[in-house]
Amino acid sequence: MIHSLFLINSSGDIFLEKHWKSVVSRSVCDYFFEAQERATEAENVPPVIPTPHHYLLSVYRHKIFFVAVIQTEVPPLFVIEFLHRVVDTFQDYFGVCSEPVIKDNVVVVYEVLEEMLDNGFPLATESNILKELIKPPTILRTVVNTITGSTNVGDQLPTGQLSVVPWRRTGVKYTNNEAYFDVIEEIDAIIDKSGSTITAEIQGVIDACVKLTGMPDLTLSFMNPRLLDDVSFHPCVRFKRWESERILSFIPPDGNFRLLSYHVSAQNLVAIPVYVKHSISFRDSSALGRFEITVGPKQTMGKTIEGVLVSSQMPKGVLNMSLTPSQGTHTFDPVTKMLSWDVGKINPQKLPSLKGTMSLQAGAPKPDENPTVNLQFKIQQLAISGLKVNRLDMYGEKYKPFKGIKYMTKAGKFQVRT
Amino acid sequence: MTDSKYFTTTKKGEIFELKAELNSDKKEKKKEAVKKVIASMTVGKDVSALFPDVVNCMQTDNLELKKLVYLYLMNYAKSQPDMAIMAVNTFVKDCEDPNPLIRALAVRTMGCIRVDKITEYLCEPLRKCLKDEDPYVRKTAAVCVAKLHDINAQLVEDQGFLDTLKDLISDSNPMVVANAVAALSEIAESHPSSDLLDLNPQSINKLLTALNECTEWGQIFILDCLANYTPKDDREAQSICERVTPRLSHANSAVVLSAVKVLMKFMEMLSKDLDYYGTLLKKLAPPLVTLLSAEPELQYVALRNINLIVQKRPEILKHEMKVFFVKYNDPIYVKLEKLDIMIRLASQANIAQVLAELKEYATEVDVDFVRKAVRAIGRCAIKVEQSAERCVSTLLDLIQTKVNYVVQEAIVVIKDIFRKYPNKYESVIATLCENLDSLDEPEARAAMIWIVGEYAERIDNADELLESFLEGFHDESTQVQLQLLTAIVKLFLKKPTETQELVQQVLSLATQDSDNPDLRDRGYIYWRLLSTDPVAAKEVVLAEKPLISEETDLIEPTLLDELICYIGTLASVYHKPPSAFVEGGRGVVHKSLPPRTASSESTESPETAPAGAPPGEQPDVIPTQGDLLGDLLNLDLGPPVSGPPLATSSVQMGAVDLLGGGLDSLIGGTNFAAPPTAAAPASLGAPIGSGLSDLFDLTSGVGSLSGSYVAPKAVWLPAMKAKGLEISGTFTRQVGAISMDLQLTNKALQVMTDFAIQFNRNSFGLAPAAPLQVHAPLSPNQTVEISLPLNTVGSVMKMEPLNNLQAVSSRLQSSNVFTIAKRNVEAQDMLYQSLRLTNGIWVLAELRIQPGNPNLTLSLKCRAPEVSQHVYQAYETILKN
Repeated sequence: MIHSLFLINSSGDIFLEKHWKSVVSRSVCDYFFEAQERATEAENVPPVIPTPHHYLLSVYRHKIFFVAVIQTEVPPLFVIEFLHRVVDTFQDYFGVCSEPVIKDNVVVVYEVLEEMLDNGFPLATESNILKELIKPPTILRTVVNTITGSTNVGDQLPTGQLSVVPWRRTGVKYTNNEAYFDVIEEIDAIIDKSGSTITAEIQGVIDACVKLTGMPDLTLSFMNPRLLDDVSFHPCVRFKRWESERILSFIPPDGNFRLLSYHVSAQNLVAIPVYVKHSISFRDSSALGRFEITVGPKQTMGKTIEGVLVSSQMPKGVLNMSLTPSQGTHTFDPVTKMLSWDVGKINPQKLPSLKGTMSLQAGAPKPDENPTVNLQFKIQQLAISGLKVNRLDMYGEKYKPFKGIKYMTKAGKFQVRT
Repeated sequence: MTDSKYFTTTKKGEIFELKAELNSDKKEKKKEAVKKVIASMTVGKDVSALFPDVVNCMQTDNLELKKLVYLYLMNYAKSQPDMAIMAVNTFVKDCEDPNPLIRALAVRTMGCIRVDKITEYLCEPLRKCLKDEDPYVRKTAAVCVAKLHDINAQLVEDQGFLDTLKDLISDSNPMVVANAVAALSEIAESHPSSDLLDLNPQSINKLLTALNECTEWGQIFILDCLANYTPKDDREAQSICERVTPRLSHANSAVVLSAVKVLMKFMEMLSKDLDYYGTLLKKLAPPLVTLLSAEPELQYVALRNINLIVQKRPEILKHEMKVFFVKYNDPIYVKLEKLDIMIRLASQANIAQVLAELKEYATEVDVDFVRKAVRAIGRCAIKVEQSAERCVSTLLDLIQTKVNYVVQEAIVVIKDIFRKYPNKYESVIATLCENLDSLDEPEARAAMIWIVGEYAERIDNADELLESFLEGFHDESTQVQLQLLTAIVKLFLKKPTETQELVQQVLSLATQDSDNPDLRDRGYIYWRLLSTDPVAAKEVVLAEKPLISEETDLIEPTLLDELICYIGTLASVYHKPPSAFVEGGRGVVHKSLPPRTASSESTESPETAPAGAPPGEQPDVIPTQGDLLGDLLNLDLGPPVSGPPLATSSVQMGAVDLLGGGLDSLIGGTNFAAPPTAAAPASLGAPIGSGLSDLFDLTSGVGSLSGSYVAPKAVWLPAMKAKGLEISGTFTRQVGAISMDLQLTNKALQVMTDFAIQFNRNSFGLAPAAPLQVHAPLSPNQTVEISLPLNTVGSVMKMEPLNNLQAVSSRLQSSNVFTIAKRNVEAQDMLYQSLRLTNGIWVLAELRIQPGNPNLTLSLKCRAPEVSQHVYQAYETILKN
């Protein structure tokens, strides 16, 4: 199982280590540093690195490498999945997950890690339960603790861990009972030069924030459940009911959680809400290139596209760009060659565009590769797959909860080739 | 007010200060001090000197302080074992605490203190905790057994904890079950032989029930454990599959992949006609696709596994090509894996899309990725014949970009395309030649030289081109040198008049000025061929080359089947069986897929033959030399069984002389090897050529050469050792002519051709009297029988002849006549033997052998003299046979 964990920052310092079995010397990380050196970018460090006596499995998030050391044959996905869970937990506890924050809260971090694994076996990874065991630091609590001498550590048995619904603690009480569900869809797409879709898929999630007293039993039904043929559920969802009736029936965890995630694959037709018109040309002879890009709405079901951000990694040969946007602001970093254009809202009557010239390295041949344009955007009140919640019912408790459902579509990895 | 202040104190008297604070009366100060100690510990500072002071803080009601002290203890107890004893009492007391949280914490921490002295005290509290009323304590204790086992395995066994742990598998609480399974699996890993997890339908049922209710991590352990079970029939397999399928919808990707492993393995047992089989196939695709939308690290592991799944069951993902398209900001390790799978999934239906993508990738920035993309185009051309034309034109477009590494890769793959479709795309040669100067990588240069040599007759200035390479001959890599040598010889054979000088030059460079043995050997061969028999040279050098196969990088089926059993593990990431890399190979048990059975035949043995392979023809009668052969081949042929039936034996009177004087010399060495394609000197990309050259060094015993008795065929070369070629055979002698009867079976994926055989020198001078003739290529799963006539005019290698006695006694032993003693009396060898008849009559025998005399003297002693006549007959039969 998981032997040890090292946290390494981007400059290669180990700033935290935790061992769940015998202590493994830091020098094992030298193999990791070697791999890090070989990889040009931090993202490209391979996630599984063999060393003579151990295996190093790592994830890279928030500019920190989380490196787990294992000694025997352990499912690597289990380790990687766990590491991501560690990062999520830190984020949940401290708001952000960064080196200074972890250092600021090192004792809590250490206690949390100790609760998450025992001898390398996962112990408590649900943040609900962890928070019962070790209370996350808040300014108020820190002040109170210093004055009264009380501590972050709860002295309760994590009751949830033993019940049939391990994800929910008992005796939850709220004065305002509310349940909110956010349907968030991300479109991953690759659009080719001519504007036709090469591949497009939707990754959707339903995130919930449920603050209900007692042991409520919820059912959520959809107008068009047929869309959901590839789903992953939170353990609370009763799979049988879903199989037979296509209804989500569950006793929710308390607080924030991800109820389900789903995937609408490339085979179903995915609506693409934006289009990009581009003309980027380098000429062999001159040291100037032309650049023009326009963004417009396509299938948006009448909703506004906002938060549009266009970015593109320009070829090395581009020295500088002089561009004028019709709206928004743009920047070009001559060192990283990163062009980014913050467009904002798209007004269908007046399409935003960015025009101008690129100065190229004189005398050098024209770049071989064409830049790929990365697009980010948001559409409120729309789930692009067409998924709609029909109704939400609650059983098991008497009060009337306040219910709310929000939809949002975002760009995931949305790439336009030029 | 943050903890970061603990990082900044680097004052000299720090330890002293902490010591004072730890011994302070104020609780608050104590806690702060322990916190500081812990912080120093986490950043790797040595604070072990504070051990007694910290341990003093242990007896407290403050839970946080207790936990902190426990943390400290776990880290430093090892370095201060004597001090650690001080903590034992508190632990034992805490294990009795009314609060289950504290009980669990105590037993958990005790297990982490890796000090022998402490573990003794741990046993009693642990035993109590394993039977605790609170499941939280039980599940913690289950893990503690694994910890203890790691420290002192013997202790755990002696105390009977393993049995208690096994009982926990039937616990009412699913979490306890999951932890018990996890602990047992970990213990079992260091005890490969023990059957700690002996699974039976009842325990499986319990695991499946717990599976639905335990945590995600517990599900992983249970699923991995289920995967080791072999259902007794297809019905059981199906019912397990049905109960595992819901796990495919789990949010945790490790659960999903473990479920996939169970399904992939048990599917093997289901009949393909079953409706359920089709349903299951359909259900597998979406979760695999979903794994690809996870974080890149997860994607990578998933992709490595999908690579295996696609090879085993391509039908699962054949419609999902698009999800493997590469995004430009994927990490490079994900890109390369996706590309690999794209090629595996390429088919006539989707080739246009794939090619368009590949062309797009070839213009990206990352060099490694671009290279692989170009190579992928070539592989598509070879795999999907209809697309070859389009691939070639795509490659030509890429060559026009003049990007150096793109051009080089393109040329390497075009060479492969020429090998697959000869005489079809020569029109592109001119374009290739234009880029000759820009090639600086050995592989590309070698490829280009091969092309020039192969098509020398159509390239006007082939001699100039090759000559230009020759100038820096000694600076080239071996690969290029060999290629250049061959190409020039080809050129010479095609255009002898103009190139004589060139060929002489290269031959002398290769043979005289080079110290590379391969190059010299090849040079000499060509030289002799050219000087003695130019016609033969032409036949050899310009021989028609076998077409290269479609898939050159498929994993061997037996290995693939094994790897399927390891889906989701490190083995699946490295595509190697765990025995190949897991530290020390401990705990490695070979796994194989269960055979497809419709009946309820029990197939519990993990060694059952992989499905699909035809049942091996295990000879049930092993000839007298069989055991010897077995020894030499390191084959486990089983114990010798009784000889041929007695009734058939009386006819073979003519073989007496062979017995006495000749037997020893018959048992000698016959080495042979069958390297296909070795004749093609330019074994460029020959997919199987290299495979068989190191085949085997088989010294086979020669079977009886008597008139009608022919030893049954024995497997001389198992398919495992020779990339799929299985050879079994025997020697026969008919009408005075010796021949070797061979049976060749192709158990690989590719067609095998160009068989050849070579005998090592042996004591009888056995040599083939005619070349080995296998006319048709041997397609997969085909078997061919060949009889190869032999003569005895080959060169004789003197071998130590086998001892006469040994030969006779081993021969007799195989017929259940056992030698008790041997002695040498007056230059005569005496063998004392015993045999027992099935009705309980014992016979003692003395066998006298005189060197040089073919006759043996046999004296018998027996309580029932009437059997002796028959025993004489039996001896005669056995020995003459």
